[in-house]
Amino acid sequence: MSSTVVRTLRQASLSALAVLAIAGSAQAVDITGAGATFPNPVYQKWAEAYKAKTGTALNYQSVGSGAGIKQIEAGTVDFGATDKALDADELKKNDLVQFPAVIGGIVPIVNLPGIGSGELKLDGATLGAIFLGTITKWDDPAIAKINQGVKLPSTPITVVHRADGSGTTYNFTYYLSAVNADWQAKVGSNTAVDWPAGVGGKGNEGVSALVQQTAGSVGYVEIAYALQNKLTYTKMMNADGAFVEPKLEGFQAAASHADWASVPNYRLVLANQPGKDSWPITAATFILVHGKQTDAAKAKAVLGFFDWSLNNGQAMAKDLLYVPLPDSLVKMIEKTWTDDVKADGKPVWP
Amino acid sequence: MTSAAVTATGKPGTRVHPRRLGNIIFGGAAWTFGIWVLILLAAVMIALVMGAVPAFQEFGPSYIWTEAWNPGKDIYGAMAPLYGTLVTAFIAMIIGVPFSLGIAMFLTELCPTYLKRPISTAVELLAAVPSIIYGMWGLFVLVPLMQLYIEPAIISTLGNIPLIGVLFGGPAYGIGLMTAGVILSAMVLPYMVSIMRDVFETVPPQLRESAYGLGATTWEVVRSVVLPYSRVGVVGAFMLALGRALGETMAVTFVVGNSYHIKASLLAPGTTISASLASEFAEADGLQLGALLANGFLLFVLTFSVIGVARLMLLRLQRKYG
Repeated sequence: MSSTVVRTLRQASLSALAVLAIAGSAQAVDITGAGATFPNPVYQKWAEAYKAKTGTALNYQSVGSGAGIKQIEAGTVDFGATDKALDADELKKNDLVQFPAVIGGIVPIVNLPGIGSGELKLDGATLGAIFLGTITKWDDPAIAKINQGVKLPSTPITVVHRADGSGTTYNFTYYLSAVNADWQAKVGSNTAVDWPAGVGGKGNEGVSALVQQTAGSVGYVEIAYALQNKLTYTKMMNADGAFVEPKLEGFQAAASHADWASVPNYRLVLANQPGKDSWPITAATFILVHGKQTDAAKAKAVLGFFDWSLNNGQAMAKDLLYVPLPDSLVKMIEKTWTDDVKADGKPVWP
Repeated sequence: MTSAAVTATGKPGTRVHPRRLGNIIFGGAAWTFGIWVLILLAAVMIALVMGAVPAFQEFGPSYIWTEAWNPGKDIYGAMAPLYGTLVTAFIAMIIGVPFSLGIAMFLTELCPTYLKRPISTAVELLAAVPSIIYGMWGLFVLVPLMQLYIEPAIISTLGNIPLIGVLFGGPAYGIGLMTAGVILSAMVLPYMVSIMRDVFETVPPQLRESAYGLGATTWEVVRSVVLPYSRVGVVGAFMLALGRALGETMAVTFVVGNSYHIKASLLAPGTTISASLASEFAEADGLQLGALLANGFLLFVLTFSVIGVARLMLLRLQRKYG
């Protein structure tokens, strides 16, 4: 080989090393997370603001709760995000610490020509029966009874559900199980269930698209997707028997009943909370970090991001219709960090 | 490198060694790449079989013909995706075969020269469209058309025929096995057309011209000269298209409905193996992952046997007709 080739090779390897060095130094500040799609809009917003403020960038991949759990277990990301809270055994097995980050709402969406947002009313019994496939037409007496004055078409109902595993599905089916005994017996609640009826779409986007494309369809999505895509949402009957619209106040009312200190690992599902204003399908979403950290600076950067977001990101969360966590809860969470997240046996926070 | 280039351009003499070295490297590399294919295939097979073991251990061979998919209770069966895979591919072939035969024949026998290029280019462009685009087109354009016009028409006509009527029963969702089959037929069409066009063009002009010379019509030439001569290639084209239809993922996932229940109607939502893998793989773990991998293994076996059967048929045809 001629010397020119050798020289070129040497130059190339040197510049490659330089690139690696740059990447390496950038890596030291940047943090990565993966998981739930449900809180993705607010995490992205927080990340943008945090980067502008501190220069620390967050790379959050909204790949779904299940994938998020898998990635944090495998240690390929600095934190995982999930809508379905893990139980004590699961947390212990993988040495994970769990805390809530934000609270949001899930809404039923419909595509019924001539019927606008908030015009159709549903309750747990009818919504459950529709998703079970026992109510198949929109003018079914059970729907007509709670919708007097609304002109219901005699078209068949197309149920649209998630085809992938999803924390949104977990919270939605948890709600249906809580309010509908039939649903509880036949289907139950999980991130993916044996859907008795309907068609499946991938992700919140897939469900939104299918509902928009199919006249006579009904599905469920996170509230931000419903608003962004101008989908027709319904009113729901809550635990107090009142029909409520999916509004921030309704999610806040539901969240206000949560007693976080009562459960270990913050494992609280907010479905069907009491109160006349409470939106019945409200849910918290969670963050997972390792209890034993190898890199104290990195761990501190992750917790620093959430510290800043939980204390300064309330307005941003509200803009996107998420309910920020109350100050008392944030204090509790930060104490959990101090107690449970350690590097070399020493707490990394504060 | 420079020295090798010099000797290669015809200045042999003192620098023989690099040349021989080059040949050795080339030979070694070619061997490695060749063997690599075998290793890759074996690795995929082994990974699939190993991944599929938990599901087959749990459910036994009846896993294949059980219709169940319940991640909550961890009960799985491959029947619904298997059925959907076969039915969508079948619908695609039923629609695609006559269309592609017609297009290929038109291109080779009837098409005026000024139309030949535009049509050929259009067919090739169809093959270049990414499958996600077919999926989005399917969801946003084809699904509403199917729901509002085509499926109601099918239900009110074919749906009333005794016996086969159940295959075309309502309601019209727009999303379902039929729509997936229609999309698939559009996707496999270009493959069949371009292979068949090439195959038809291998028919020696003497044969064709002498048939015309004897007073045969275009139809007679196609039926008695072109098709018998190119039979093997045509069957090969169908099989290649079938293999693709069985495995197509993204476009199908958009429009098939992703429902794990087998309904009598072809218009009903269903799922295919590749669609279920695309939807659930990222979130699956434990037995569900095993079941998905088992389905992947079944798809592998299915496409492998399609290719195997195609080979066998081609061999037979070749032996029969020389």
